Amino acid sequence: MSDNSAAYEKAPIESYEGTEKKSNVLSKSKIRRAKILGIIMLLLSAVVMFVLAPASQGIATFGLSFPDDKFQLDALAIPSTAALYVLAMVLAFLGGTQFLKGFQRKSTLILGISFVVFVISIMIWATAGQEFSLISMLVSTIARTTPIALGALSGILCERSGVVNIGIEGMLLGGAFTGVVMGSLLGGWVGLIAATITGGVLALLLAFLAINYRVDQIIIGVVINLLVLGLTSFLTSQILVERPEWNDAPIFPAIKIPVLGDIPIIGPMFFDQTVIVYAMFGLVALTTFLLFRTRWGLRTRSVGENPKAADSLGISVSKTRYLAVIYGGMVGGFAGAWFTLGTVGRFDEGMTGGAGFIGLAAMIFGGWNPIGALGAALIFGFSDSLSQKLALINTSIPTEFLAMTPYLVTIVVVAGLVGRARPPAADGQPFEKQ
Amino acid sequence: MELELRGITKAFPGVLANDDVSLTARSGQVLALIGENGAGKSTLMNILSGIYRPDSGEIVLNGVVQKFNDPGEAIKAGIGMVHQHFMLVPVFTVAENVVLGVEPTVFGNVLNTKKANKEVEEISQKYGLAVDPKAKIEDLAVGIQQRVEIIKVLLRGAKILVFDEPTAVLTPQEVIEFFGIVAELKSRGATIIFITHKLKEALAIADSITVLRGGRVVGHADPKTATQEELASMMVGREIDLTVDKTPAKPGAPVLTMSSVTMTDDFGRDLLDNINLEVRAGEIVGVAGIQGNGQTELIEAITGLLPIAKGSIKLKDVDITGFKPRQIHRDGVAHVPEDRNEMGMIGSFTVAENLVLDSYYSQPYSRGLRLQSASIDESARTLVKDYDVRPAHIENMASTLSGGNAQKMIVAREFSRDVPLVLCAQPTRGIDVGSIEYIHEQIVRKRDEGIAILVVSTELDEIFALSDRIVVMFDGKIVATLNASETNPTEVGLYMAGKNS
Repeated sequence: MSDNSAAYEKAPIESYEGTEKKSNVLSKSKIRRAKILGIIMLLLSAVVMFVLAPASQGIATFGLSFPDDKFQLDALAIPSTAALYVLAMVLAFLGGTQFLKGFQRKSTLILGISFVVFVISIMIWATAGQEFSLISMLVSTIARTTPIALGALSGILCERSGVVNIGIEGMLLGGAFTGVVMGSLLGGWVGLIAATITGGVLALLLAFLAINYRVDQIIIGVVINLLVLGLTSFLTSQILVERPEWNDAPIFPAIKIPVLGDIPIIGPMFFDQTVIVYAMFGLVALTTFLLFRTRWGLRTRSVGENPKAADSLGISVSKTRYLAVIYGGMVGGFAGAWFTLGTVGRFDEGMTGGAGFIGLAAMIFGGWNPIGALGAALIFGFSDSLSQKLALINTSIPTEFLAMTPYLVTIVVVAGLVGRARPPAADGQPFEKQ
Repeated sequence: MELELRGITKAFPGVLANDDVSLTARSGQVLALIGENGAGKSTLMNILSGIYRPDSGEIVLNGVVQKFNDPGEAIKAGIGMVHQHFMLVPVFTVAENVVLGVEPTVFGNVLNTKKANKEVEEISQKYGLAVDPKAKIEDLAVGIQQRVEIIKVLLRGAKILVFDEPTAVLTPQEVIEFFGIVAELKSRGATIIFITHKLKEALAIADSITVLRGGRVVGHADPKTATQEELASMMVGREIDLTVDKTPAKPGAPVLTMSSVTMTDDFGRDLLDNINLEVRAGEIVGVAGIQGNGQTELIEAITGLLPIAKGSIKLKDVDITGFKPRQIHRDGVAHVPEDRNEMGMIGSFTVAENLVLDSYYSQPYSRGLRLQSASIDESARTLVKDYDVRPAHIENMASTLSGGNAQKMIVAREFSRDVPLVLCAQPTRGIDVGSIEYIHEQIVRKRDEGIAILVVSTELDEIFALSDRIVVMFDGKIVATLNASETNPTEVGLYMAGKNS
């Protein structure tokens, strides 16, 4: 056997050499991509230099503390024109280097940095001569991230087990509706539980049709979205309009965590939020642990990757999928409660506004990983929050355009930056036992 | 552990897959179960591993009658199945794959990765199955993946190991290693059932051989005395001639001339590296090599399906470099693709439609915008008869054909056109012995008509049966060009493994 052992160690080594070769040689298409990225950055630089900088004057003031915070930070005062020229130079430098030499493996990171610099430029330009409460924008970023991250988590749980869930939007909306009704009648906590159960019931429908009857999962998802939209709209116009007291739920108050909540900037962002926001962070951590560190997670992922293999080892594919999908649905319903119990305390038709679909985008961008999805959700939450807050101060950007931002960011992110995110291999494939 | 099957019968709608099958496998011995595709081998093994339940008959282990309701119970009884298509999760590590379903945990549900790795290491050391428990499956060679499958069943305490076509995906070197593993398992008292249609391997490794045909046991053979011809005849039910009759080639003018052809992928790696190849009229050139050494790219370069970076390809006197695939196909190259289901046919089309996939747009099959179904059907009926496609119903979906008949249909379509060059990639992969014999005859007949033929095959037997000249590919290069009459499988095998490169 000793002769053999030498031989079989060879194979993987050869394949490593292959990967090495892959990254070192720049092919034509890679060079072209590097040039295109460079041109994009140079264009961003040109926009800042020739459009934004000449049009801005005065000091842009960014508030970093709320008036009643314990430790006050001075507002950030930035001379807008000078700052914009500096940022334009930074962009030009990055773009030029990328175009001429290329950052190779780091180029996606550099592109990300360029976008951040560009967004900062926009903020400075929009705020020039005015005051902008940066801290309240950051706080609302975290709040708006919450339903998106939870929606993404719902999708991850379903898809890791091999069931595509595009009905997240419907689960959010359903949760928002039952949350507000039960919350109005029996209090916020009951509302929260009702929302969670609603999501679970919708997921049960998804699981039943997808697993037992092998209906196309995309179609089930669309049906769930339309069903919930129609049903909640109908019930709103028929019942909630008649009985406004059923559409008036208590809002969960922000709970400030002692000491941590007093840290400047970080405190208000992460330690002075509602129960739902805390739960979101908790669920992301818990789900990551469950998926990657437990027996349940290993089996769930195996069923989403190769259900045949799992079945041949005596793991029940349908039971595992049911569990994961229902857990996912409950997370989705819970997320729905954020829209009513977490913010305004009342339900409006179609109030989720596509957050479920943005959650799906966050799931993909995050590589079907809860923590990655949270990161992606933060980008969407930020763009959402930024557009809302910019609409409040007088900028020359039309508010309609600002309202489009989160969706535009979704398209750009999903189309352009996703790259090699790999879905679970058996995602969306019904399993048929022989 | 001794395994006995008594009178196993299993019917599916319209098919009697197993008909009163009885056999015995003994501890420390290898039982080879041979038979053509559709002979009922897989059904029998699925019954043994608890996936199917037999309509009648008994599974007896060490004298005790067993009843398996699901795969889990068969595993518990000590039966381990190594499937032909590995049941592995590519993105999991070796250890995760091995322990899936019997995971060691702490606090009830938290994975104990360290213990899992240790369990894998223990088994791999005990049986000499070297493998790194922390490696990801997708990074491993096929032969090593197979080892993971074996470790998987050993960890579950299997005493009876069933291998379903274990060598189908292995390179010649890996096959030798695999035989070593089987010998090791045997010496430790395991009962081994080896399902195959490769007669040579059955003769080499088995202690006894059972032959299945049409769901029934048609005979037993002693590997010490049996010959391949005898076994083949038992499998097929008639006399089979495994050698291809052919006269020496009379090569004419060059038909295909490739000069310094280089192809690169998106990352700049060479898929084909400076290929110079000539195929003359009236000769068969066999391309030998382990799967994935540039054979697919070679075929796709000639057919124009992939662009080449450098060099030129000439067909007779015409430089066809950069021509559109349809132009190349129509004017000069017939192509039997390596994956018949992916590239060779459209399963949901009828046999007649599949037979004009390459010529539906031209007279007499279409006129203006309309297909002429009368002439399509007429030509299909002739081809189906001429090329022995069974059943000869041209209105059947192509997907209902068996592998051998689907391949004959594709051969019919490609060979019936009057073109100077025929490319056959893996022309007999996964098909029954009868169809192999038939397709080999057709290839030789085509050669004798003065057609230039390029055959790509990973089966050395096929290369030697057909070729007049042999070229060996390794890592995108042609590493040897040999006359078939002046070389032998050992020499070619060494070139395939990368000698002189």
